[in-house]
Amino acid sequence: MAIEVRIPTILRTYTGGAKSVEGSGATLAELLSDLESRHGGLQDRLVDDSGLRRFVNVYLNDEDVRFLGGLSAAVRDGDTITVLPAVAGGMR
Amino acid sequence: MLTISEALRAKILAHARADHPDEACGVIAGPAGTDRPERFIPMTNAERSPTFYRFDSMEQLSVWREMDDRDEEPVVIYHSHTATEAYPSRTDIAYASEPGAHYVLVSTRQLDTAEFRSFRIVDGTVTEEEVRITDDLPGEASRTPGGPGLE
Repeated sequence: MAIEVRIPTILRTYTGGAKSVEGSGATLAELLSDLESRHGGLQDRLVDDSGLRRFVNVYLNDEDVRFLGGLSAAVRDGDTITVLPAVAGGMR
Repeated sequence: MLTISEALRAKILAHARADHPDEACGVIAGPAGTDRPERFIPMTNAERSPTFYRFDSMEQLSVWREMDDRDEEPVVIYHSHTATEAYPSRTDIAYASEPGAHYVLVSTRQLDTAEFRSFRIVDGTVTEEEVRITDDLPGEASRTPGGPGLE
């Protein structure tokens, strides 16, 4: 089973520079756990105590997983997960 | 150093003034590895706030995919401050996630002056850089003297 996960530049330190890695799982949560077993530290950049980190965008194919149940979103073979850190900031 | 055309600088300032008092934000894409800002992409501030900005997540996906397809990268990421100086704030630094980008800040706190500054933000460290404004249109190479079209 292979789900492609596309990794943004700043997180490639966890993947040895790879722009994309593969993993498996029935849900996004399981997939991230699976990735963590080979890319230690990656999961903590994406997940905190309350779920997916607020300023990281995670997409399942063409949709933002926030609208698909977040960490409990179902994933399957052939899906592509894209991770993009939010571009944000402000005056303070 | 950021090298950018006057035309693109003017577009950033116009966007910032148009969205004032909300913060304006956007990207200028350029061919990967060239450090040349060429393609102006104003973004929606999903926060619509005078003190915070955030790219809409679906717009960001669409723009990032398009840059990937075109072999481009985000050379400039710009946003405006509407009441404070054009300098990266604590949150700007905390959320800076493109280490290769030039972070351009403009301030619209005064009507008659334009503050336009550029910074590198890498691993939480801010370094201001020089801005070199060119007359070239984005995407045009400099003309050599004596070439076609010059009398």
